[in-house]
Amino acid sequence: MPLPEGVYCLMAEFETPTDLVRAAQAAHKAGYRRMDCYTPYPVEEAAEAIGFHRDEVSLVCLLGGLLGLAAMFGLETWINVWAFPLNIAGRPYFSWPAFCVPAYEWTILYAGLSACFGMLALNGLPKPYHPVFNAANFRNGASSDKFFLCIEATDPKFELADSRTFLQAQSPLSVVEVEY
Amino acid sequence: MATKDAPVTNPMIDPLTGEYRVIAPGHTFKSVTDKVSRIVLTTHTPLGWWFGFLVAGGFVCMLMTAVTWLFVKGVGIWAITIPVAWGFAIINFVWWIGIGHAGTLISAILLLFKQGWRNSINRFAEAMTIFAVMCAGMFPVLHLGRPWLGYWLFPYPNSMNYWPQFRSPLMWDVFAVSTYATISVVFWYMGMIPDLATMRDRAQSRFAQFMYGLVSLGWRGSVRHWVRYETASILLAGLATPLVLSVHSVISLDFAVAFMPGWHTTIFPPYFVAGAIYSGFAMVLTLAIPIRKFYHLEDLITIRHIDNCGKVMLATGMIVAYGYSSEVFMAWYSASHWEYFMMWNRMFGPMGWSYWTLITCNIALPQLMWLRKYRTNIGLMFLMSLIVNTGMWFERFVIVVTSLSRDFLPSSWGTYRATRWDYMTFAGTLGFFTFMFFLFIRFLPMIPMSELRLMLPGAKVREKAEPHSTGTPVPEAGD
Repeated sequence: MPLPEGVYCLMAEFETPTDLVRAAQAAHKAGYRRMDCYTPYPVEEAAEAIGFHRDEVSLVCLLGGLLGLAAMFGLETWINVWAFPLNIAGRPYFSWPAFCVPAYEWTILYAGLSACFGMLALNGLPKPYHPVFNAANFRNGASSDKFFLCIEATDPKFELADSRTFLQAQSPLSVVEVEY
Repeated sequence: MATKDAPVTNPMIDPLTGEYRVIAPGHTFKSVTDKVSRIVLTTHTPLGWWFGFLVAGGFVCMLMTAVTWLFVKGVGIWAITIPVAWGFAIINFVWWIGIGHAGTLISAILLLFKQGWRNSINRFAEAMTIFAVMCAGMFPVLHLGRPWLGYWLFPYPNSMNYWPQFRSPLMWDVFAVSTYATISVVFWYMGMIPDLATMRDRAQSRFAQFMYGLVSLGWRGSVRHWVRYETASILLAGLATPLVLSVHSVISLDFAVAFMPGWHTTIFPPYFVAGAIYSGFAMVLTLAIPIRKFYHLEDLITIRHIDNCGKVMLATGMIVAYGYSSEVFMAWYSASHWEYFMMWNRMFGPMGWSYWTLITCNIALPQLMWLRKYRTNIGLMFLMSLIVNTGMWFERFVIVVTSLSRDFLPSSWGTYRATRWDYMTFAGTLGFFTFMFFLFIRFLPMIPMSELRLMLPGAKVREKAEPHSTGTPVPEAGD
């Protein structure tokens, strides 16, 4: 695949989360869809503003948990009933109440690992290189105290000059072009 | 609350609620980020850090010596024998696991209860959990006698055609503790990713940029990522909560399922969990008080945190006290000769001093924490944290040693006297724990910056913002 070239996005920097959310709402209203906000801590309103409402992490976590439960309960049953039946003080081979404890632990183990790795996978991480890091002000502020709105060049409505004028009108600290 | 205990002019007291503030006033996103990241990114390592690191490292060497000799000679160098076959190994295992529990409580349960004050202490409480579980995990493995065969505990296909026996609480322990260790590490690391990205962006040296860049996985703070991240955090908190309650319950079943007098009791699971959280909060204070002083973090780890930890300790201490009194009551009410003798032996037998040490440290002295004046006295709280951890260690000592040393038949009675190798291993794990902690505070951000930012004024999006000067219409929130 050839490396993409040219402009990746127009990036506006804001001082406060309120300014960012207001600009994101305006951009969504103006018809932009391929955009993203970058914040140093979770700002739910900004996600709402760009039209991102649902995530699938809970589903992944649920499926992982069920898999863990089934895996451990099945393993215990197979081992203690078929593979290696041991008579422990006359208790039944299929001692399901005792099997519940490790099955419970593995439900949590699988669900927890699924939640974490599912979140990373859905986010497309790890991804050490990303075009937004090319903006110098992004590296200075995005992970400490500044708020960013990016309108991506792949958006059908994106026109370099028009979009720049639009972002300038949202009273940002700065608007920069970000190259690939 | 009793504002009159402290002068009203104190800037650390919120005039609206009369409570101590969680973060000192006047902090901004930038000042918080600077304060926390500078501790790690400075090129100047404080001399005090080196001193502590080397002392702790000396204890780690002692641990290595003790363990090496154990491998050479076998568990006979410990004082474990019949009838007291569990000894220090299990006492220390239970004690260390218990200490870990407060970290999970702070990071998970208090997150679910939306206790914002937890934010500044949760990262190092979680680190404490992980290091404590590492120390705990050593003991059962060393106690195996042939530790190099420790992997036999896990179910795996093998040429001996042998499989584990899942009806034993000792087997449940393997899964409870290994799950607990894994989930704690995942929760801790996931919570650190945004902060590692901050470190990556602020690091000056190429090496630091590269290393933090590697471990931050390219986190860039996209709000889409944050939404999924927040969901995953809440889910992990929701999963870690029943997990932490189950871990110490399962450990208590190691005792409660046996029919030894003093062990065979249904109060064990809840009272083990409460005791675990009790000792864990004490350890949080033991660590937090010197660290906030040494790194000048009084603005971020405030009197409020110490006060709240005191309250949690008092509450869990009272649950533990209820457990002790229930044991005494049941020994009498059961009308069992063996139970009755067990309790008499615990209190007035040859090891009676350990029972009264435990009562003094865990029940009598902590009653001082009812008074806010004492809970906000930093020196006293530090002392209290040491007292409670001593008491909790003696609780496990009493449970393991007094029950085992004198069981049903006087002809099989014995006693227990720990050897120098027991003490060296225990002190060695204390050193290992401290050693790991020194590395943690030097190389990783010990206070979660992204969560602290959320608590600052100005972090919230104001709904009724004034219209823009440019005349752009302000749409309603949402879509």
